[in-house]
Amino acid sequence: MPSSTSPSRHRLRASERVGPYTLLRLERGGLEPGVPGQFFMLEAPGRLLPRPFSLCLAPPGELAFLVDPIGPGTQALCELRAGDEIAVLGPLGRGYRLGVERPLLVGGGIGLAPLPYLAAQLGGSPPAVLGFRSAEHAEAATLLPGAEVVVDPVLVTELIEPGFDVLACGSEPMLRAVAAMCPEAQLAWEAPMACGYGACYGCVVEIDGALKRLCLEGPVLDAARVRAPVEAAA
Amino acid sequence: MRILNASGCLDALAAPEVVRELDAFVTKTVTPLPREGSAPPRIAETAHGMINAIGLANPGRERFLDEHLPRLRALGVPLWVSVGGFCADDYAETSSRLAGIEAVELNLSCPNIDEAADSAAEIVAACRRATELPLYAKLSAAHPDVAEVARAVAAAGADGLSLINTLRAMTLDKQLRPVLARGSGGLSGPSLKPIALHTVSVCHEATGLPIVGMGGIQTGRDALEFAACGARDVALGTVLFADPGAPVGVRAELAAACADAGVASPEDAQSLAKSPETQRKVPA
Repeated sequence: MPSSTSPSRHRLRASERVGPYTLLRLERGGLEPGVPGQFFMLEAPGRLLPRPFSLCLAPPGELAFLVDPIGPGTQALCELRAGDEIAVLGPLGRGYRLGVERPLLVGGGIGLAPLPYLAAQLGGSPPAVLGFRSAEHAEAATLLPGAEVVVDPVLVTELIEPGFDVLACGSEPMLRAVAAMCPEAQLAWEAPMACGYGACYGCVVEIDGALKRLCLEGPVLDAARVRAPVEAAA
Repeated sequence: MRILNASGCLDALAAPEVVRELDAFVTKTVTPLPREGSAPPRIAETAHGMINAIGLANPGRERFLDEHLPRLRALGVPLWVSVGGFCADDYAETSSRLAGIEAVELNLSCPNIDEAADSAAEIVAACRRATELPLYAKLSAAHPDVAEVARAVAAAGADGLSLINTLRAMTLDKQLRPVLARGSGGLSGPSLKPIALHTVSVCHEATGLPIVGMGGIQTGRDALEFAACGARDVALGTVLFADPGAPVGVRAELAAACADAGVASPEDAQSLAKSPETQRKVPA
């Protein structure tokens, strides 16, 4: 759990379009930004349950989250205007271990979200590769200056060279492909969550061979903890 | 009025500071054998509710008794253990081995497992023989005559009722397939409140037993409405997911809700909402 058990209310400073995504810039208030890869539960206006988002940027006095409008909750968040307030709980879960020697940031689509704050916490501009499904989606790469960018049908995994400590976030197929290539990688996973603090038991994924709650174990997990994709029988 | 959590809606060991704001903590249901629970996706949001198919994931009786219960006791909050199973003996065996807790809640109504073959009254009677601890029977509002079930469990020795559990429900994705891997799940949240109020009202009328009311409570006013229908205590479920501070909030709002309604306390409100339909009924 974060330091306070209740979510706190935060005013929206600005809402910016970034390709098809929306960057929500919230006043930080008393919240800690936490470790990159940790997440926050954001109230989805008009909906019963909050939604989990990893922190994208943490400029002074601010917490910024990148939102992909994929359903009614995320759409409601994208419709917020400066001055609106929402409840925020966090930081939650376990983030990336930062003590790596040769970091390589790997992001797929909205999986870009935690990487700008991760890059900042790693001390500047570590090498990064990003993959997107369209040129419009790839506009979000402006959030991570210096990143190498590919667009479908080229896959981001094609840009991963050996010898790096991979820190990745993206879709499940992408993460499984990264895990197969880089067994030492740290991967940020995603699952539907109602609470974010271990109460709802909704976000289980297979971790260490058993169904475990991603909000407590992750969302960042060592690649070896999640079962490798089943290999086709030779 | 005490404020509890609804079973399965809070992990005391993951969030002890939330549990310390409750008057008692109700565990997730314990079954004889460990259960990994349903495959994901397990949860989905609906217009005014949430559907879950967790599938009674729990460490099983032995590990619960050996490892979890001592750690729960160390929290210093009164404990209720929710007991589940697949026949009366399952429930009775677990109940007989519980000690140092405030009450046993018999989960007779989980929508996400196959129902026990024995009737609610048989299960309560078996547990009554197995323990002297207070027994609360958690019933489903899906029964066509829940008041009759309430009378039967009262006659079998239940000390109280927990009302209500989630109701079996389903939601579809864009391609018209069930969102949950299990297909169906249990509906919770504000959609349940009117159903829960009615169930509490008729079961209170039928038995007079102490009732823990639950189903969509989000505010102090909601809790007071349960009291007016006959609930002595309330439990919070889905609201905890969005707001782990809800126990503090609901308690703080109760006084104002009482003042607004012109009652001195939740206890004072009890039975104000007597339902004419229950009074018209010819006594059995």
